[in-house]
Amino acid sequence: MTTHDQARRDSPQNSSPADRLLFGGLAVGLIALSVRQRGSVGVFLGAGGALLLAGAAMGEGLGPALTHVRRTEDDHIRVQKAITIGMSADDLYSFWRHLENLPRFMQHLDSVTTQDGDGRRSHWVARAPAGTHVAWDAEITADEPGRRIAWRSLAGATVPNEGEVEFRPAPQGRGTELHVSLTYRPPGGSLGATVARLLGEDPEMQVAQDLRRLKRVLEVGHEPTTEGQSSARKGPAKAEAKMYDNRRTS
Amino acid sequence: MKAVVWQGVNRMRVETVPDPEILRPTDAIVRVSATAICGSDLHLMDGYVPSMVHGDILGHEFMGEVVEVGPEVRRVKVGDRVIVPFPISCGVCWYCKQGLTSLCDNSNPNPALAETMWGHAPAGIYGYSHITGGYAGGQAQFARTVFADANLYTVPDDLTDEQVLFLTDVLPTGYMAAENCQIEGGDVVAIFGAGPVGLFGVASAFVLGAERVISIDRFPERLEMARAYGAETINYEEENVFERLKELTGGRGPDSVMDAVGLEAQAHGLLGVADAVKQTTRVLETERPHALRAAIMACRKGGTVSVPGVYGGLADKIPLGAFMNKGLTLKTGQTHVHRYLDTLLGHIQHGRIDPTRIITHRLSLEDAPHGYHIFKHKHDGCIKCILDPWADHSTHQPSPPRP
Repeated sequence: MTTHDQARRDSPQNSSPADRLLFGGLAVGLIALSVRQRGSVGVFLGAGGALLLAGAAMGEGLGPALTHVRRTEDDHIRVQKAITIGMSADDLYSFWRHLENLPRFMQHLDSVTTQDGDGRRSHWVARAPAGTHVAWDAEITADEPGRRIAWRSLAGATVPNEGEVEFRPAPQGRGTELHVSLTYRPPGGSLGATVARLLGEDPEMQVAQDLRRLKRVLEVGHEPTTEGQSSARKGPAKAEAKMYDNRRTS
Repeated sequence: MKAVVWQGVNRMRVETVPDPEILRPTDAIVRVSATAICGSDLHLMDGYVPSMVHGDILGHEFMGEVVEVGPEVRRVKVGDRVIVPFPISCGVCWYCKQGLTSLCDNSNPNPALAETMWGHAPAGIYGYSHITGGYAGGQAQFARTVFADANLYTVPDDLTDEQVLFLTDVLPTGYMAAENCQIEGGDVVAIFGAGPVGLFGVASAFVLGAERVISIDRFPERLEMARAYGAETINYEEENVFERLKELTGGRGPDSVMDAVGLEAQAHGLLGVADAVKQTTRVLETERPHALRAAIMACRKGGTVSVPGVYGGLADKIPLGAFMNKGLTLKTGQTHVHRYLDTLLGHIQHGRIDPTRIITHRLSLEDAPHGYHIFKHKHDGCIKCILDPWADHSTHQPSPPRP
């Protein structure tokens, strides 16, 4: 735990006050409905309402609980991931410090362009849910060659965010450990994040996949694939195979 | 091309599918000259390995001639006669450099799926469910192979397909399992299961210096073949295995015990019934780990249990008390095929191991469903089927079923 981490401790509750109000209201509504419905439908509605109400009361939202959203006490979403890559810290640092490289493995990024001579200021364009784009400016806040890079978005970003990557030598010729930490405040607090997750924009999973893509691109030059291979699939089996082959889990 | 396709539990079909194509610059296409049905394919057939999808092409024991290479393939050439190891190695990650190729970091395209099941993602495997990558397999006329330079292994022209085909899986699997027995001169090794891996385990244990090997199975033809490889045998349907093993080892128990059976072990009695019932749910228990239990109980104090048998999920009633209090060592893993190829090729060339002995059936690819059936039920003395994807089906007479 660095001091940086302690400043952003995880909150004991994973849903924001707005979420709790919303789902609490929904719960009360469902319970009211269930009183009017006879038979199994009523039981189902009532049970659903009771679950939601309990979740709202305890600050454990159903969506976030299912998707493991982590919130910090100041209502940010934080993702921390580590991976080991068989390259020197210096080479990895150089690759990452050249921020234009980030979209090569960060799937949600369209482009990063550095704006000035020393490359401390940059312009980021990301793909957002439902085919829209988000752009913001960022600056590098820490730059220790071969050891650490940190950055944060400048005022005016739609999704204020900050990130940090540390490069630590891995033992026994394994290369370098990358420790990545991203913190961001999604629009509408964590409810926005939950909705974003359901659209397939799960930040935790995304970072894990991005780092694995980085490892594979740097170690073997590409990601392995089965896309386009031969099979005897027809109709629904195609979708089933896709579900397995493009699975995003957390 | 023609290929063997999984169409659901116990439904293997031969279907016409598109020919494979190069999808990555390091790929190569192989015209399959010989392929085999593996005991672990039976777990797929029986539906105990999750993430199989209708239409998946099966097969992970195959060899043939390279007919096309991607632009970044340097070492492998069109025309090379190669065997294809079943686990896929990227050749550059830390595991591959250590020779632990079945643990490759980079060859499984579906790592998230494997991590959900197992915590970490091992190597991709041809034709072995989507957890291990969902790669199309080699029970077909052609196959796409990946990371060709790191995987395709050229074999000498003076050896026949039958002599080298099993280098893809069962022979190195038996050999690594024997290596995992940590044999010292004079040791007695017991091997549960006298299928192909168990039989190669017998041969390998002798090569690695075992004094005696005891093979345990219930099919007379398999026990007979184990004897031909030099083993003593126990038929578990006729004798109490535990007692007999003690007797054969002066009361000590074998120095190491191999479980060459895996997740569909036969067991009698209440525990066997309980496993079978729980396994049908695919939730309460995914394995029938009877051979593993028996191996742990039979092994001498301070001995080693080696597990080449495939397990996929969760098993119950493993005698951990015996395992811990007897101070046993457990060694296991999918086979790191690549690291054994030179050694085993030498053994084959010098006649120290004859892999062709285990072949009982030579069928055309068209007959693969029949091959799966007789192999699963041990009909017709079936121990190992090899398939010829280019045989003329019309001349082939399937063997009559065993009475």
